[in-house]
Amino acid sequence: MTIVLDTVRLKLHDIAHGRSGDKGNRSNISVIPYCAEAYPLLLEQVTEAKVLELFAHKGASAVKRYELPNLPALNFVIDDALEGGVNSTLNLDLHGKTLSFMLLAIPVEVPLERVAEFTDGRRG
Amino acid sequence: MTSNLVHIGCGAGFAGDRKDAGGPIVDTLATRNGPKYLIFETLAERTLALAQKQKRKDPAKGYSPFLEAYVRPVLERCLEHGIRIVSNFGAANPVGGAQKILEIASELGCRTPRVAVVSGDDLLTVMDEAEIRAHRTIEGLPIGDGIFAANTYIGARPIAEALAGGADIVVVGRTTDPALVLGPLIHEFGWAEDDWDALAAGTLAGHLLECGAQVTGAYFADPGFKDVPDLAHVGFPVASITSDGAIKVTKADKTGGAVSPASVKEQILYEMHDPSAYLTADVVLDITAVSVSAEAENVVAVSGAKGKPRPDTLKTTVSFDGGWLGEAEISYAGPNALARAELARDVIRERCMESGSNAEYRFDIIGLSSTFDGGGGAYPDRVTPAPDGDFRVRAAVSCHSREVAEDLADEVLSLYCSGPAGGGGFRRNITAQIHTASILVDRNRLTPSVSYCGAEV
Repeated sequence: MTIVLDTVRLKLHDIAHGRSGDKGNRSNISVIPYCAEAYPLLLEQVTEAKVLELFAHKGASAVKRYELPNLPALNFVIDDALEGGVNSTLNLDLHGKTLSFMLLAIPVEVPLERVAEFTDGRRG
Repeated sequence: MTSNLVHIGCGAGFAGDRKDAGGPIVDTLATRNGPKYLIFETLAERTLALAQKQKRKDPAKGYSPFLEAYVRPVLERCLEHGIRIVSNFGAANPVGGAQKILEIASELGCRTPRVAVVSGDDLLTVMDEAEIRAHRTIEGLPIGDGIFAANTYIGARPIAEALAGGADIVVVGRTTDPALVLGPLIHEFGWAEDDWDALAAGTLAGHLLECGAQVTGAYFADPGFKDVPDLAHVGFPVASITSDGAIKVTKADKTGGAVSPASVKEQILYEMHDPSAYLTADVVLDITAVSVSAEAENVVAVSGAKGKPRPDTLKTTVSFDGGWLGEAEISYAGPNALARAELARDVIRERCMESGSNAEYRFDIIGLSSTFDGGGGAYPDRVTPAPDGDFRVRAAVSCHSREVAEDLADEVLSLYCSGPAGGGGFRRNITAQIHTASILVDRNRLTPSVSYCGAEV
């Protein structure tokens, strides 16, 4: 058996950026690829199930992923992600403003030959 | 007289934003042809609740505490160049805010402006507490005791009316944030109440501008990934909008920051839930067909907003007393700091549990995990800390009595002499909490009105 190293594990942060916002006890987090060609990879790998699992320890109950192929971008709306929301959370970050970077920390598998392309466009 | 291009700059994106952002916007707008506006967005949900409390103490107060800081440096030049100011810095007292602006104008010795006041967002003037409580809250949680504010997000029409009435400055309380931009566009272009696509484009322009520098490179910079030049002097945004809803976003001349497709996309999706239905008082905005392209350096074109009929209800934020938040922190650094911080946390937790209080507590070790944790301490399993790092123990409590909050802070303070080795840098913060809930109110219950003070037309 031969092992073919045809993908490399990166952080989502290496190929995408995003911002989080709050409304009540809901958080929304955008995920925007630096390179539009990476959008299909995001669709495949950054799933509702994965995001729900990531936020489970905060009490998240449901995740809805909205797809915006035109931009392109994804928008995640995470219910009950803010420990009660700005009213009642004891979290230092009342609004969950830091949470986009929790999502950007997840691993993604990127085909080796596309790494340069997908990480291009950063700094711009 | 109508021009096909309107220029709108935003000098503040929240209640505590930079006080010197307006100057470069005025410099930039002064060089442009066509109608020009400067907006300031200064009202978060809690900001208005605090303003209502202030007004009860002193009926002359209750407008934004930053109003003077924003207006004084630019007023004379705005009047000179025909740049009209639109802002929700009226907060709980738009009339008081308007009087303050006239006072500033008089002190500066500039011409007396015509100031319009938009009233009618205060639901407590038309609905009693019992009826407010009869509404189901959007959050699904009950409205607590001690309602002290209920303000409705009114739309852009009254702002347009105020401008048609010749206002140099329009002072509003609670309005949807995008209305600060949509109002001037409705006035300039005469967009009809059911011209949904145009209203949607104006709302999108407002959404892009309402958070100030969040669209021009601030709240965006991520060194090595998204580099932004001269963030210390980031330029605030200026947009130009045509009568058919084409938007171009740029920033004030001779400033730092950067406007790129990436920065614009982040702001488009900021606080957006269903991208096909962003609800406002004036229109339901659909951004699913929006596209973004770079036109030139620091100029980004945005097009493709679609609109659907506005909802029959208006969102209202109800504010009520929320008890107390107590917080206290202490630091541990150097050899074995993490173990000392964990011991400190465990000591405070044990003593809080023994106190017999049934309040809700939370403990974090900043440097190990804090904001990413859910309060149950589960997140540290995902991180690999340096045991000899620099850590800060944080304890927090939410409670009905101030005493419980003080007790928690005193427990952390006592670690100075009675805790692990080398604790330092104690701080405490005890805050009266405001809780809010949102309800949807029949839009016909509110009748916004416009009045004027200062110069006659």
